[in-house]
Amino acid sequence: MTEDAARSSATQTPGRPDFLTVRNFDFFYGKKQALFDINMDIPEKRVTAFIGPSGCGKSTLLRNFNRMNELIEGVHYSGDIKLLGQSIYNKEVEVIALRRSIGMVFQKSNPFPKSIYENIVYGLRISGEKKKSVLDEAVERSLRGAALWDEVKDRLHESALGLSGGQMQRLCIARAIANRPKVLLMDEPCSALDPIATVKVEELIHELKQEFTIVIVTHNMQQATRCSDKTAFFYLGKLIEYAETQKIFSNPGQKQTEDYITGRFG
Amino acid sequence: MDNIVTHAPDFFSNSQAEATKAIARSLWNRVLTSVCVALSLLTLVPLVSIIYLVLKNGLPLLSWSVFTQLPPAAGMVGGGFGNAVIGTIVMVGIGLLMSGPLGILSAIYINEYAPASRLAQAVRIVAKLLTGIPSIICGVFAFAIVVSTTGRFSAFAGGVALAVLMLPTILLTSEQALMGVQSAFREASYGLGATKFQTIVRIVLPDALPAIMTGIMLAVARAAGETAPLIFTALFSQFWAKSLSEPTASLSVLIYNFSTVPFPHQIQMAWTASLVLVAFVTLANITAQLVFSKKH
Repeated sequence: MTEDAARSSATQTPGRPDFLTVRNFDFFYGKKQALFDINMDIPEKRVTAFIGPSGCGKSTLLRNFNRMNELIEGVHYSGDIKLLGQSIYNKEVEVIALRRSIGMVFQKSNPFPKSIYENIVYGLRISGEKKKSVLDEAVERSLRGAALWDEVKDRLHESALGLSGGQMQRLCIARAIANRPKVLLMDEPCSALDPIATVKVEELIHELKQEFTIVIVTHNMQQATRCSDKTAFFYLGKLIEYAETQKIFSNPGQKQTEDYITGRFG
Repeated sequence: MDNIVTHAPDFFSNSQAEATKAIARSLWNRVLTSVCVALSLLTLVPLVSIIYLVLKNGLPLLSWSVFTQLPPAAGMVGGGFGNAVIGTIVMVGIGLLMSGPLGILSAIYINEYAPASRLAQAVRIVAKLLTGIPSIICGVFAFAIVVSTTGRFSAFAGGVALAVLMLPTILLTSEQALMGVQSAFREASYGLGATKFQTIVRIVLPDALPAIMTGIMLAVARAAGETAPLIFTALFSQFWAKSLSEPTASLSVLIYNFSTVPFPHQIQMAWTASLVLVAFVTLANITAQLVFSKKH
């Protein structure tokens, strides 16, 4: 089955509930333990939100999915994370290939100081793609996918740094989806955006889940209710509760979750 | 009521004492601003007077022929310093060819690959020590390893001396330049599946290039003006150099030689050579700024 065929059939049938799985996962920054025995299944083509107070470990877990934490010295882990049943820590999984299939959007938009076009094709260029037709096609597809095409199609070769904050963040999303990843990780993607730009990104997230499995870290609980299907609440490095978003916010199973979402702490 | 008045802006104060204080503060502010302006102007005095003197004394003899002719013999008039111009360019070029790649690659290693390693720390300390070393020591060093082993003064030996002089500047400014690249760019690149090498070549180096070039220009400017390292290594020559392995003239040594002789023409020519040297360094600086200034 080709990639496209797989994608279209998957949109018709419900996605795998165990697309991305975390098992008995502990994580340490040096001697400090940041995550304690995390177990969760992240479903395919749905949006999973991670909420919790600062320092609760939600970003740490997110950054383990594409092994970005390995860039920090002195980190170690135990347990396992699997994408489609295959361990991301398997020696055969090259971290390069992993990061191509698990894209990431950062808290602060970080377009390269290059043109809009070159930003989008970066992932393709570093994997050796040289054909102009392929690159052009990827630029249009990705920018359309990120709802940015109409705004920038006439200035693809101008610097990406001339875009507005919201446009830059959507450019970063376009750049990530140009790699055709399976999963899209978003680390507080709207925290630096104004309300209008935030709405646009949220609408975009809604569109993107037709095609991608999305995990989003957010401090904004309204955002979690607006755009996620499942929500995981973290506190002090532990996964306290993980359920359908509607359930978490209307009828939380844990007192800590209830205290947090009702604003009693955090 | 009293309370409100003391918290109100001073100029609207009813109290005489408050108003006096406000005037005193404003006066003091003006005095300090004037002092700063005066001192800034004062720093311009030596700079402007050097340029003025070099222009005034150097311009009269400046003509195309100084670039094409050989230095005049003692007591003779006419001539130029074409061989010294070429000698300076060649020796600074050799120095740069050796120190540039070495400095930039070392900076990449100590900043990107192993910033906390002992080797990196050692390199940093040695480079900082080297920046403070008197240039004459670089000359003696190059004399010892090149001149005394090959048995002759040469442009190559001069280039080695200048390379030693330039290396720490290039290394340390390149490291600073690399440190100045936002870590967000590196994260974005790794996040898209780039290797470390790809990230350095495609993202980090292009972004750091303007600052690296500034460091290189600083090193070139300093090396072009150095006399001491060249006296020990390249010596001087009255003739056009035919190879890199013979004594070679340079502008700085020519200025040194000609300014200490009792012949007015030669002294004039030393001024003209100074003018050419200053112009050369300034032009190189401006070009580097224009070509490598950030486009984004």
